[in-house]
Amino acid sequence: MNDLLLVPALIAAATVRVAAPLVLAALGGLFAERSGVVDIGLEGKMLAGAFAAAATAAVTGSAWLGLGAAIAAAVLLGLVHGFACITHHGNQVVSGMALNITVSGLTAVLGYAWFKEGGQTPLLGSDARFGPIALPGAASLAGVPVLGPVYKEVVSGHNLLVYLAAVAVPAVAWLVYRTRFGLRLRAVGESPGAVDTAGISVARTRYTALVAGGVLCGLAGAYLSIAHHASFIRDMSAGKGYLALAALIFGQWRPLPTLGACLLFAFADAIQARLQGTPLPVVGVVPVQLIQAVPYVLTVLLLAGFVGRAVAPRAIGVPYVKER
Amino acid sequence: MIAPPRARGGWPRLAAAVLLPAVNLALALALSAVVVVLIGESPWRALRLLVAGAFGGGEAVGYTLYYATSFIFTGLAVAVAFHAGLFNIGAEGQAYLGGLGVTLLCLAAGSWPAAVVLPAAVLMAAAFGAAWAFVPAWLQARRGSHIVITTIMFNFIAAAVMTHLVVNVLIKPGQQSPETREFDPHTWLPQLHEIARGLGLAMPASPVNCSLLVALAAGGLVWLYLWHTRWGYAVRVLGHNETAAVYGGIPPARTVIVVMCISGGLAGLLSLNEVMGVQHRLILNFPGGAGYVGIAVALMGRNHPVGIVLAAVLFGALYQGGSELSFDMPRLTRDMVVVIQGLIILVCGALEHALRRPVEALVSLGGARRSAA
Repeated sequence: MNDLLLVPALIAAATVRVAAPLVLAALGGLFAERSGVVDIGLEGKMLAGAFAAAATAAVTGSAWLGLGAAIAAAVLLGLVHGFACITHHGNQVVSGMALNITVSGLTAVLGYAWFKEGGQTPLLGSDARFGPIALPGAASLAGVPVLGPVYKEVVSGHNLLVYLAAVAVPAVAWLVYRTRFGLRLRAVGESPGAVDTAGISVARTRYTALVAGGVLCGLAGAYLSIAHHASFIRDMSAGKGYLALAALIFGQWRPLPTLGACLLFAFADAIQARLQGTPLPVVGVVPVQLIQAVPYVLTVLLLAGFVGRAVAPRAIGVPYVKER
Repeated sequence: MIAPPRARGGWPRLAAAVLLPAVNLALALALSAVVVVLIGESPWRALRLLVAGAFGGGEAVGYTLYYATSFIFTGLAVAVAFHAGLFNIGAEGQAYLGGLGVTLLCLAAGSWPAAVVLPAAVLMAAAFGAAWAFVPAWLQARRGSHIVITTIMFNFIAAAVMTHLVVNVLIKPGQQSPETREFDPHTWLPQLHEIARGLGLAMPASPVNCSLLVALAAGGLVWLYLWHTRWGYAVRVLGHNETAAVYGGIPPARTVIVVMCISGGLAGLLSLNEVMGVQHRLILNFPGGAGYVGIAVALMGRNHPVGIVLAAVLFGALYQGGSELSFDMPRLTRDMVVVIQGLIILVCGALEHALRRPVEALVSLGGARRSAA
């Protein structure tokens, strides 16, 4: 095998695998934030989805039921967020953090009590997971130079949810920019008063956005526990929800640039996994612990506005109070 | 971002200030009871075990106060930032870095007298915590990056940096477990039961130490700073209305940076309790989530030092009682306390308007009846 090509192909494949949950969660956050609701609870929704998926799949043996449970759990959290922030005009960041902390404790408590494996869920068999899908032609193209290995490693052989994430980007872009719902969504995030005047319910639009976001976060969570891994591990979201939120901000709340930001974070992650133990020019071998911080440092650097300030939806974070 | 509690006159406000946290706590505990039932245990028995574990005997109370000390520091840290309208989620990382400052000092303090070491340790802990808060503060003030996300990222970065330092640099040579060598005993903060013994009093042994007094003093200083200095006034104006602050000649960027450094410094002081008072060495992940508890403590204590001390004791009791509880009910792990903590943030913070109006209406109704009678 051509080594010169294989290493970049493997890094690209790893990038795709890491990016998938980030893309799903970031697009979920896009709905909420475009409607004017800050969604720092992406982390918690993902973690809840991951736990619900793994627990359900472990009990029923069905990956699809697991996926359904993940979506239900994440949507439920979205509704709680909506109840606090939309119905009761609560602080959106505080509500999101409250959900993140509650879920982090709850998944550990329930996992420990129900499965007795120190907070993990049982290892899932292949039926209870979404396995890799070999796209048609992967085997026959394998002999073709350049194209063969790239197609086999990078495009083919991922699980269903990775392809779903890829489809979600144009789908969300279409929904947000080309449908009546999308127009209302964006309008509610910019100027809820105007939307209200036009006779459209601000609260209802925002709730719809949170439910749509919950569905995508559920997919992201299910990806972690029943597609990428084969069980739920405590705190397995490990900041991915926050990275997704950062990618959304860095992508200026637009689907395609957000995809780009997710791929950038995922690439940084794939590179850091490769760099562990490899001597670098000038600095030598960088300790593993420091390399693991690369995606987080990158997030801070990007958000520091090296590529221009982000312009948020105008009404973001402001509860809408109808005039009395 | 965060509207500080509005001041309203008269005794209904005071009654609401007492009644509202009680209603909040009851609601959060009721929701937690649902989780306990889901696990298949009796919530009533769990509550009794928890209270007995937290307050049953001098040793239990000592442990409760030891946890409370840490939570006072982080609660004050979060509250100070809240008053400027900033949500500092980075207390965890700032406390962790504060521990680095204390450790470097204690490792270097070969034969320094204890009277020098303690003030120096306070300065080092606060300086390192403040330095770790400075970067997100600067980025928020000058570059407009969202402080919530940068402080979260700085928690992750702090964890990575500190693991590297403990595992590869500061570790005691020739030893496997990732921790520094034990500090020299004269740099240890005296524990309260040792002081009591010195005075001829009997007190059960527990890790509660002198840093509790530092925490209470810090609470007093925060009160003076926020309500009795020009700088504190600037902070509160900024938190209420940035436009008004600018109009009044308050520089928002500088105020944000200063208040975040104070917040980070307060969080850094947590290491006095953990590193200098109890562990006497630097261990991995010693803040153990206290930074996040600080959010719940600040919200429940309504961002006022007196409320924060009371809320910190409550959370100290939950932590201590929770560990005792997990001995008696092995199916209930200590993470249950994290659930309660999250629910309290939800109920006190995000749902505050949902409960405040009914409670205040109830109180003013009672007040009207009393004045009519």
